[in-house]
Amino acid sequence: MWKNLLDWIEYRIPMMRVANMHAIQYPAPKNMNFWYVFGFLATIVLVNQILTGVWLTMNFVPTAEGAFASVEYIMREVEYGNVIRYMHSTGASAFFIVVYMHMFRGMIYGSYQKPRELLWLFGMFIYLALMAEAFMGYVLPWGQMSYWGAQVIVSLFGAIPVIGEDLTVWIQGDYVISGATLNRFFALHVIALPLVIVILVFLHIVALHEVGSNNPDGVEVKRPKGSLKEEEKTKFEMHEYYTKKYDIIDDVVPFFPHIVLKDLVAFSVFLFGFCYIMFFAPEMGGKFLEHPNFEIANPFKTPEHIFPVWYFTPFYAILKAVPDKLLGVIMMFFSIILLFLLPWIDRGKVKSWRYRCGFHKVNLLVFAGVFIFLGYLGGTPQAEWKIIASQILTVMYVMFFVLLFIYSKNEKTKPVPARITK
Amino acid sequence: MSNTPVDNGRRRFLTVTTSVVGAVGVVGAAVPFVASWNPSMRAKAAGADVQVDISKIEPGQQLTVKWRSKPVWIVRRTADMLAELGNHDDRLRDPNSDEPQQPEFAKNAYRSLKEEYLVLVGICTHLGCSPKFLADGEFAKQAEVVGVNNGFFCPCHGSKFDLAGRVFSGVPAPLNLQVPPYQFLDDNTILIGSAEEKA
Repeated sequence: MWKNLLDWIEYRIPMMRVANMHAIQYPAPKNMNFWYVFGFLATIVLVNQILTGVWLTMNFVPTAEGAFASVEYIMREVEYGNVIRYMHSTGASAFFIVVYMHMFRGMIYGSYQKPRELLWLFGMFIYLALMAEAFMGYVLPWGQMSYWGAQVIVSLFGAIPVIGEDLTVWIQGDYVISGATLNRFFALHVIALPLVIVILVFLHIVALHEVGSNNPDGVEVKRPKGSLKEEEKTKFEMHEYYTKKYDIIDDVVPFFPHIVLKDLVAFSVFLFGFCYIMFFAPEMGGKFLEHPNFEIANPFKTPEHIFPVWYFTPFYAILKAVPDKLLGVIMMFFSIILLFLLPWIDRGKVKSWRYRCGFHKVNLLVFAGVFIFLGYLGGTPQAEWKIIASQILTVMYVMFFVLLFIYSKNEKTKPVPARITK
Repeated sequence: MSNTPVDNGRRRFLTVTTSVVGAVGVVGAAVPFVASWNPSMRAKAAGADVQVDISKIEPGQQLTVKWRSKPVWIVRRTADMLAELGNHDDRLRDPNSDEPQQPEFAKNAYRSLKEEYLVLVGICTHLGCSPKFLADGEFAKQAEVVGVNNGFFCPCHGSKFDLAGRVFSGVPAPLNLQVPPYQFLDDNTILIGSAEEKA
C-alpha cells in the first residue's frame, strides 16, 4: 500500500530521486566539524523568519499612523504575540550570527576557492539581500530608530552626484521618509526580498551539491574517474549522479542521517541560546532592539545617538571613518565588494588554513578581530579617538585583502594530505 | 519544406527586429512600476508652499515649522549674533557659500534675504539628523568651539554650524545647511517653498 503510493508519486514527480541525490546518498566529508553546522542553522532560522513573519503580518498595520500601535497591539493583546514577535526579532540577529560564522568558516577552510567561486558568490548575494531585508524590517515598527536609521541609510544614496537627490525622493516616495516609504519597505520586506532570498538559497544549495562540500582539510573527496582503487572507494552507496562522474574516496558519509544528526545536536545547543535571549533578553541590552525604538517615530526629534543594529555596525564604522560623504559611501560598498572578490584575490592553491603559511592564519584572525572591533566602534557613541581608530581599522580591513593577494601567489604551504585526516 | 534553402539573413533580421520590439515592450512595461515609486499627488500636495507668521518671534529665538515634512528653522538673529558671524571665516569649510546649498538670493554673508531672519532646512547635511540650536555661549560650551557663542550642533556625529548655517571644517558634514527657497509676502509673513520670481 505504502510502497504503491510512493511508486505512484515517483512515477509523476522525482521525489525519491531528489531525496537520494541531495540527502540520503549525498557524499559529505566525514571530518566536517562544528564550523559546518551554520549552514543548516541558517536554513532553520530562515524558516523561523518566514513562519513568524507570516504570523506577524496578520496583525501588523503597514502605515505611518498604525504601524507603531499595531506592534504594541501584537505585544500586549494578541495571544502569544510577544513570543512570535521576539522569535522574529531574535531570529534576525541570530541569522546574522550564524551567517557571519558560516562566512568565516568559508574563509578559514578556503571554501570559496576553485571550484566553489560561484557558490561563494551566491552566498554573498544572499548576505546582501539579507542586509536589505533586515534593514527594511527594522523600519517597519516605526519607532525612533526605525525612522532615523532609515533616514541615514536612504540619505546615503543622496551622496551620488547629479542624480542623488532625485533618487532619494524616488526611493522614499516623498520628500522625506514617510508613510509611503514604510509601505513600500513593507512590500519589499514581506514579498519581494524573501522570494529573492529563497531563490538564492536554492541556487546556493544546487551549486554546493554540484561541486561538493569542502572540509577542514580542504581535500577533495571526489576524484577523477578511474583514479582510485576499489578498496579506496567509499563503501556507502552514493547516488549515481556523483559516482558516474567521479570516484568517491572512502572519507565520506551520507548526508542523511550522519550529518543531519550532527546538525540536530548543534541545533539543540543553538536553541538553548536562542530561547534564553528570546525569553530573558530579547532586547539584548539595546543591541538587538534599540531603546529609542520603543518611542514612536518623530521627524522633528533626532535621537541622541543613531546606530544601525549591531550587524551593520562594522560597515557603518567604515562609512564614518572617511571624512568625505561620497567617498565614505564608496568605501563602505567597496569593503563589501572586496568580500565578493575573495575567490580571485586569494591566488593560493591550498584551501584550508591548516596547510597554509602561518602568516595566513594570523591574517585571518586579525581580520576577524578588525571586523569585531569595527562593529564596536560603529555601534557606540562618537569620540575623538574612535575616529582615528576606525580609520586605522578600515585600512587594516583592506590590508587583509591586499596582503592575501600578495603572499598567496608564492606562498610556502605545508603538504596537503592525500586523504582526510582524523 | 526540408528542401527550401535557409535564408539566414532573413532569419537574423527577424530575430533582431523581434528582440528589439520585445525590448521596447519590456521598457514600456517597466514604466508604471518605476514611476509608481515617485511621490504621489497627495505627497506632492503635502509638499506645497507654507506661509509663516513671524511677528511673534523674539530676537534670539528659533521657530521651527514643517515644510515638506522637514523641519525649517526661522531664527531671528540679534545684533550680537550677526556681529559674531564675520569672526571665524578661517575655521569654516565654505565661508562664502560657494556650494549651491542656497538660492541665489541667499549667497551673502548672512545667507538670508533680510539680515535679521535666518531661514534654514533643519537637517544636517551629513546624514540627515536634526542639529540643535545653541545660543548665548551654549554653543561654545557644548560644541567646544572657542569664541563662537551661537550655532547649531548635530548630536549624531558632532557636526557644527554657525548661525548662518555654515559648516565648520573638521566635522563629518560636508556642506553648509540648506537654505530653502522663500520670500517675504509682507514684513510679518514668510512664504517657504518658492522664491520671488526675478524680473
